[in-house]
Amino acid sequence: MANHKDVLFGLYSDEEVLLKAVKKAKAAHLDIMDVFTPFPVHGLDEALDLKESRLHIVGFIFGLIGSLTAFLGMTWIFTDDWPIIIGGKPYWSVPAFIPITFELTVLFASIGMVVVFYVIGGLGPGVTNPTLDDRITDDKFCIAFDQHGMSDKDIDKVKSFLKDSGAEEIHTKTI
Amino acid sequence: MSHSPVSPIRAPLVEGHKTYHQITEDLSTPTEKRPNAAWWGAFAVALTFLTIGVICIVLTIWDGITEWNLNRTIGWGWDITNFVWWIGIGHAGTLISAILLLFRQKWRTGVNRAAEAMTIFAVMCAALFPAIHVGRIWVVFFFFPYPNSRGPLWPNFNSPLLWDLFAISTYFTVSLLFWYTGLVPDFATLRDRSKGLRRKMYNFVSFGWTGSAKHWQRHESLSLVLAGLATPLVLSVHTIVSFDFATSVIPGWHTTIFPPYFVAGAIFSGFAMVQTLMVITRKVLNLKQYITLEHIESMNKVILLTGTIVGVAYLTELFISWYSGYIYEQFAFFNRALGPYWWSYFGMMLCNVISPQLFWSKKIRRSVWWTFFMSIFVNIGMWFERFVIIATTLARDYLPSSWSYYSPSWVEIGIFLGTLGIFFTFYLLFTRLAPVVAVAEIKHILKSAGDQYIGKDAHHHHSSEITQES
Repeated sequence: MANHKDVLFGLYSDEEVLLKAVKKAKAAHLDIMDVFTPFPVHGLDEALDLKESRLHIVGFIFGLIGSLTAFLGMTWIFTDDWPIIIGGKPYWSVPAFIPITFELTVLFASIGMVVVFYVIGGLGPGVTNPTLDDRITDDKFCIAFDQHGMSDKDIDKVKSFLKDSGAEEIHTKTI
Repeated sequence: MSHSPVSPIRAPLVEGHKTYHQITEDLSTPTEKRPNAAWWGAFAVALTFLTIGVICIVLTIWDGITEWNLNRTIGWGWDITNFVWWIGIGHAGTLISAILLLFRQKWRTGVNRAAEAMTIFAVMCAALFPAIHVGRIWVVFFFFPYPNSRGPLWPNFNSPLLWDLFAISTYFTVSLLFWYTGLVPDFATLRDRSKGLRRKMYNFVSFGWTGSAKHWQRHESLSLVLAGLATPLVLSVHTIVSFDFATSVIPGWHTTIFPPYFVAGAIFSGFAMVQTLMVITRKVLNLKQYITLEHIESMNKVILLTGTIVGVAYLTELFISWYSGYIYEQFAFFNRALGPYWWSYFGMMLCNVISPQLFWSKKIRRSVWWTFFMSIFVNIGMWFERFVIIATTLARDYLPSSWSYYSPSWVEIGIFLGTLGIFFTFYLLFTRLAPVVAVAEIKHILKSAGDQYIGKDAHHHHSSEITQES
């Protein structure tokens, strides 16, 4: 990896302590690199000022593509490409197109969202992302700071913040 | 963590005063230990059934469906009965994972992972039947609308059988994506606990998951939207399956009650299969503190409700056929109850309508043995229901000269046993490879559903403790 990062991080063992610490860090204008938790902690995204995820918009767009593909596809096939009268119904028998239109809407929206979710997060089969501590997927909650551009004084400030806010362990790791 | 207020009468869903680490231990160890004799025994039986199934499928493909006892009058027999049965079983997994998520039912968390796995394996079994019953499986891809050298001649988009193809393939894909996305963080947990080859393997399947706040935020958003999509999807799937019958002109099939009645029946049979699996899983893998009596009771309530809906639907059908004043419709139902297949109608009524009523008793709802036997009963009853709808209706068609009777050949029975083999082989492998209970999700609900926080044994009052500390 070209860009090595020196990461200073604190491990907490309770999500409520973590959440208070994150709020404190934000109030003190500390520049948090990332927070890692074993499960989704509600309120964390607001505490970190994360913007609302726009994945649902992706879902809507893909769903729309699915609807149009199905509906316009069937329309073209049954009115233009190969018109057949089935059961005495009109060529363009809209009610009969609804089930497949619905299914393809759901199919496109789901696949599109899932693929986008993995791609924008840098996740995928066989991907190895650096992790700070093996216990983060077990029972530890981690606040991480990038030491790049920090003076020794800044580092000490972050360390004392971690300690004061309830971190049980403080480590540095190059990832 | 900002907790939503929990009612004091809510019973705990995680017992044994678990810590986060204990949860990881309890739920990961079944995948890390060597399997015990019971697992090997079950796996051997499942594999045997699977082998029988493969032999019978090969025979069917080799000789054609002449290996089955279908005839000119009865064109659908065990094949489509099994198809509808399996697809119905799958529905409970989606109901638990998606609909209960939207309704914010926390008890879904203990059982959703296994139920979703069940959905996927059941849909696989179901999809097998339409594929082999067409007779010439090597041209089954003709179903798919692709530009071809036959015109291009397209499939009939107005046909419910084609809608079914789209519904089942979409349902399988979406269920798989939903399930796997939930598994990724748990695979990361297994990865971080292991070394060597095992770590490499779980590293591959955990997609580089780190637990970053932004990832979790998107993961939550994705799960919610997928749940929102899966909810109408699951209802559409069995609705479309019922269209296979309801859009035909056969008396007894051509009814508007079919979609809701099929969906209720699907959920009913699916929950029964979840119970069968959970009762065994929680005992064998020692998960009684995660899949508690509370979970079992909640599912029994769903069985009671959907069983009653199904019962009302049966009676409505009878009433409407009488009230229609249409003798062919009346005959279809008279024949169902008192014709040559009276025994299957009786079995269906007993297993689906009468037996679930026992669940009005709280004692029976909370009894593991009762639950297990009832779940088997319901599974059998719902199989009978599909058999009743398909075989009894076809056996007495318009011309008495064509009336016929049908019982399965050993090949048909073998294929059914084979699907049971496929289902249980995959399920048993799943219990070895992935946590059967969603690890991250249990941790997420611990503080609002753990027995140290709520219920009569609660001793933690977490928020106040924190206030004193900080």
